[in-house]
Amino acid sequence: MQTWTQKLANPTRFMELSATILPWLTGAAVLTLAYAMYLAFFVAPPDYQQGETVKIMFIHVPAAWLAMMGYTVIALSSFGLLVFRHPLADVSAKAAAPIGAAFTLLALITGSLWGKPMWGTYWVWDARLTSVLILFFLYLGLMALRSSLEDESTAAKLTAVLALVGVVILPIIKFSVDWWNTLHQPASVLKMGGSTIHPDLLRPLLISAIGFSLLFVAMHLKAMRNEVLRRRVKALTMAEVERAARGHAAAPAE
Amino acid sequence: MDLGPHAAFIWAAYAAEALVLAALIGWLFFDGARQKQQLADLERRGVTRRGSGPAKGTP
Repeated sequence: MQTWTQKLANPTRFMELSATILPWLTGAAVLTLAYAMYLAFFVAPPDYQQGETVKIMFIHVPAAWLAMMGYTVIALSSFGLLVFRHPLADVSAKAAAPIGAAFTLLALITGSLWGKPMWGTYWVWDARLTSVLILFFLYLGLMALRSSLEDESTAAKLTAVLALVGVVILPIIKFSVDWWNTLHQPASVLKMGGSTIHPDLLRPLLISAIGFSLLFVAMHLKAMRNEVLRRRVKALTMAEVERAARGHAAAPAE
Repeated sequence: MDLGPHAAFIWAAYAAEALVLAALIGWLFFDGARQKQQLADLERRGVTRRGSGPAKGTP
């Protein structure tokens, strides 16, 4: 009996399944995000210390989580490519990179825009901010390495190795606020003993996180579909070129 | 809606979020449409993985 990953190993099957799922996923993401924005702007009270600036947290925290989730997807896909040679693993890794990079950039921008009024500075070289900046450069490095190599199979393997080496950044980001003395506050949502955030602020934050996560998955599926199509186009173009070359070689010389 | 003395930072953060995500979504749709167009062009010319030219049985 085939496992679900084996069933999905067939790109044609993946295209059929993702075409069915994608509209529902996109709709769910839009509705969840609309509800989250309603809660953020019309229901959530100002924080007793941050005031209305807490509204930035409703987009900053999900962006930071998804920045790390994007890299986790790349690392797992890279593992799937190198160990199991799953046909869609490299498609998944390649598709997740620009999306993860975008969320990392958003975490950095929104964090800076929160930091200026709260800390008095847009940027400080503390462990959390610096490690997230390194994550952003890692994403750029993965995309640059892949595009610099012409052979797709070699590019996939080398990118996967770099992705697995770079996975060390994830625990550094997560525990940076515990290991070093940072300006960035320690974990307050996901922590032992429960969240320290008031439920009136936690609710919009979690709903926003669910909405952005659904959007992430929808965008990842769409990017994977694009990549499958790109590879089909490339394969057909190569077939056409090879046939033309054979025809040219077989033609009698005048 | 009164967002207090730091309203500009809040609006700037949400604007950046909307801008980056809109650019990403726009690129995904543009890229998908381009790939579909290229695939349709190749299939219209009868290109298959086993070779190109009109399919058998077609005039």
